[in-house]
Amino acid sequence: MFNRLIDRRMGIFLAGLFIITVAVPIGNLLIAGQPVPSYAVALLGKYLCYALLAVSLDLVWGFAGILSLGHGAFFALGGYAMGMHLMREIGTRGVYADPLLPDFMVFLNYDELPWFWLGFDNFLFASLMVMLIPGLLAFVFGWLAFRSRVTGVYLSIITQAMTYALMLAFFRNEMGLGGNNGLTDFKDLLGFNLQTDSTRAGLFVAAAIALAAGLLISKFITTSKLGKVLVGVRDAESRTRFIGYRVEGYKLFVFIVSAMMAGVAGAIYTPLVGIINPGEFSPANSIEIVIWVALGGRGTLVGAAIGAIIVALAKTLLTGWIPEIWLFALGGMFVLVTLYLPNGVLGAVENTIKKLKRKTEAPA
Amino acid sequence: MLKKLFLTFAILFYGAAAFAQDLEALVAQLPGGSYDDRAAVVLEISQTGDERAFAVLEALKAGKLFFHKGEGIIVEVREIGDEDIAFNILDNTEIGAVGRRDAKKIKVNNGLRREISAALGTMYLQSTDPSVRLEAADAVFKSGDPTQLAALEAAILAETDNKVRTALTEARAVAILNDDADVSAKLAAIEVLRERGDRDAQGVLSKFITDPDLGEAVATVLAEIEQNQKLWGLVQNVWYGLSLGSVLLLAAIGLAITFGVMGVINMAHGELVMIGAYTTFAVQEFIRTSMPEYFDMSLLFAAPLAFLVAGSVGIGIERGVVRHLYGRPLETLLATWGISLILQQTVRSIFGPNNREVGNPDWMSGAFEIGAMNVTYSRMWILVFSLMVFTGLLLLLKRTSMGLRMRAVTQNRAMAADMGINTGWVDALTFGLGAGIAGLAGVALSQIDNVSPNLGQSYIVDSFMVVVFGGAGNLWGALAGAFSLGIANKFLEPFAGAVLAKILVLVFIILFIQKRPRGLFALKGRAVEN
Repeated sequence: MFNRLIDRRMGIFLAGLFIITVAVPIGNLLIAGQPVPSYAVALLGKYLCYALLAVSLDLVWGFAGILSLGHGAFFALGGYAMGMHLMREIGTRGVYADPLLPDFMVFLNYDELPWFWLGFDNFLFASLMVMLIPGLLAFVFGWLAFRSRVTGVYLSIITQAMTYALMLAFFRNEMGLGGNNGLTDFKDLLGFNLQTDSTRAGLFVAAAIALAAGLLISKFITTSKLGKVLVGVRDAESRTRFIGYRVEGYKLFVFIVSAMMAGVAGAIYTPLVGIINPGEFSPANSIEIVIWVALGGRGTLVGAAIGAIIVALAKTLLTGWIPEIWLFALGGMFVLVTLYLPNGVLGAVENTIKKLKRKTEAPA
Repeated sequence: MLKKLFLTFAILFYGAAAFAQDLEALVAQLPGGSYDDRAAVVLEISQTGDERAFAVLEALKAGKLFFHKGEGIIVEVREIGDEDIAFNILDNTEIGAVGRRDAKKIKVNNGLRREISAALGTMYLQSTDPSVRLEAADAVFKSGDPTQLAALEAAILAETDNKVRTALTEARAVAILNDDADVSAKLAAIEVLRERGDRDAQGVLSKFITDPDLGEAVATVLAEIEQNQKLWGLVQNVWYGLSLGSVLLLAAIGLAITFGVMGVINMAHGELVMIGAYTTFAVQEFIRTSMPEYFDMSLLFAAPLAFLVAGSVGIGIERGVVRHLYGRPLETLLATWGISLILQQTVRSIFGPNNREVGNPDWMSGAFEIGAMNVTYSRMWILVFSLMVFTGLLLLLKRTSMGLRMRAVTQNRAMAADMGINTGWVDALTFGLGAGIAGLAGVALSQIDNVSPNLGQSYIVDSFMVVVFGGAGNLWGALAGAFSLGIANKFLEPFAGAVLAKILVLVFIILFIQKRPRGLFALKGRAVEN
């Protein structure tokens, strides 16, 4: 079991993740002079959330051939579910000090809490919803799409339509979810003030644990018998179907798991960055997730996580350095990776290592 | 010559002086005599043709005209703040505050007030400016004042402008309905209002629905108008839908070539549209600075240029990137998305991130009316343009040897190559054609949308929806898809609002794809794609 889950890639990555997870909070909280500044903790936490999101997409794209251009929607829904809880936590500390209604509802003259906000004052309920809502959407959408054998490009385009429609919907004030401002001004989570370093470090650790768990779960799924069927579906869907597998069931299962994982990533992301707004649903965001996976190495799980971190880091550095160059770099990345790095960075690195080894072994 | 001019001036001057004399003398007569005398004076004032007569009569009607005892002149007393200030009614100079005893009101009774209204109405109706006459006719239509009947009759006889005459006739009809004329005249009036058949006519008529003599006629006419209005509302919605559909068609038709015919997902398609729009902007800037007299033709120059610019960018994309990715649609999607980001940023770096102003030539601005429907020229020309592009493309594919090669390559690449067709070249040209058409779409969109680096992004999802809905690989599918989505959107809008309508359409497409995974006009075949 252990060997099945932790191959060399996974082992190295998890070890590295573990070191960071321990080192960053210590550097931020315990060592005098803060060698790790507070903003970096939030930033790294954000990267880890992206990494988890990338892993969730790799699970469906890398192993089942479902190129979802709407995974940002699951991420954002998870974020909103957590955001709703955080809004309820504000209580009377809002600008209007309404004990029940969040500020934006008072502002929009709501008389009572909309029904779908009920229960979100409970953390457990909210955490459940973080996974259930994206899962439910994935179930409905996937059930419809896979059953009628919408595949390939068509599937990609309608997933894009899905996230686009959700974005338009969430921009409406009538949705009762903050309109284009989204949900923000959070105060605390489970009683911990979100502005303090220790809470931020805690969220960072949570993101790291979630990423590790996501990787292991994905690895477990993909190395199981079911995972082998999934690869069959990816490489020859009709053939797999003709052999006798009910393809749609397998796809649906993995799609739901992936959506839930994305939801969890969003839920940790929201308190870390302090806001969730409809922009997260934009189709461009969802496509960016795909490049994380492609850059890191599709179908490698660990690669997807690394790809997300590389791209996010590059974005932070480049937009701070020369903002104009970022889109050139991102666009160039899309083109070059698809043309020259079919196996992503991870594949390229491993290939190089292999070649080097062979060279060193050959003379002996 | 000089003498003649002098003479003209002298006459004009004398004429003006003569009016002034008249009006001043007449106004001075106002305070004296009985109401009947005053009515006679009012009539004379109204016939002076002096512009100031309007102010005199309006003030008199409102009961604001006073005889100022100290100055011995006629003044209008206006309430300014808490004070009553007197103004000379003839030259509008301020006389100063007046108390109750300083001025004597020139009284009017109801009979006189009616006379004044009639006189004023006549004056407005006889104005030399047709727009004032039209306004006066509309005012009577709204007030339905029967005292204006005589003035209306006179004005109708004298009217030369057809539009004004219609307005006058309709105003007369309303006045007749409010008068105690006989039933047959009123029925004729109802007929006139039926001809007008709009919401205003409906409003006037609905007041007479309880009239014992007219009720029945009014009810039928009202029902007819209501039905008519509904019909026009429907037609207007269809028009809006067609207009939106034409925009969608333009945006999607190039995609129908690259995606539908070639099977290449070109996510940079929206950016090619944007390039077309910026080409239009550049052409207009050039024309504005170097030969402004050709500005109205700017679009005619811009269209072929936009086709060429976007087309060459397209060929560049095909040769540089897409060519290496045939048969790997998902990778193509990602690579072209990357290209779209690069194109966006390039344009942003060159032209700046803000909206650029692209002007409408004269023949593209303004609107006209068909019945109760409002049609803007820009929308109409875009519809025409989109159909022209569609027809042109169809002819190109079906009737030219180039089109034949394109179809051959898309149907069976290997066999086409065996027949001696240079498939690589055909691929590049086909892709370039799709891109060029995106450029043409950009020319049209620059007329109705903001030209900004984000222009393409706002159309890319919509145009994919059109192609997917219509069915890839079929131009007719794109046509049907664009117009049905456009019309569906516009019919949902009144009930759901613009955003919700769009969401509903998207949800509908998502569901529709489940039923027909290959779109409305799917290519029939038994192949299993993988």
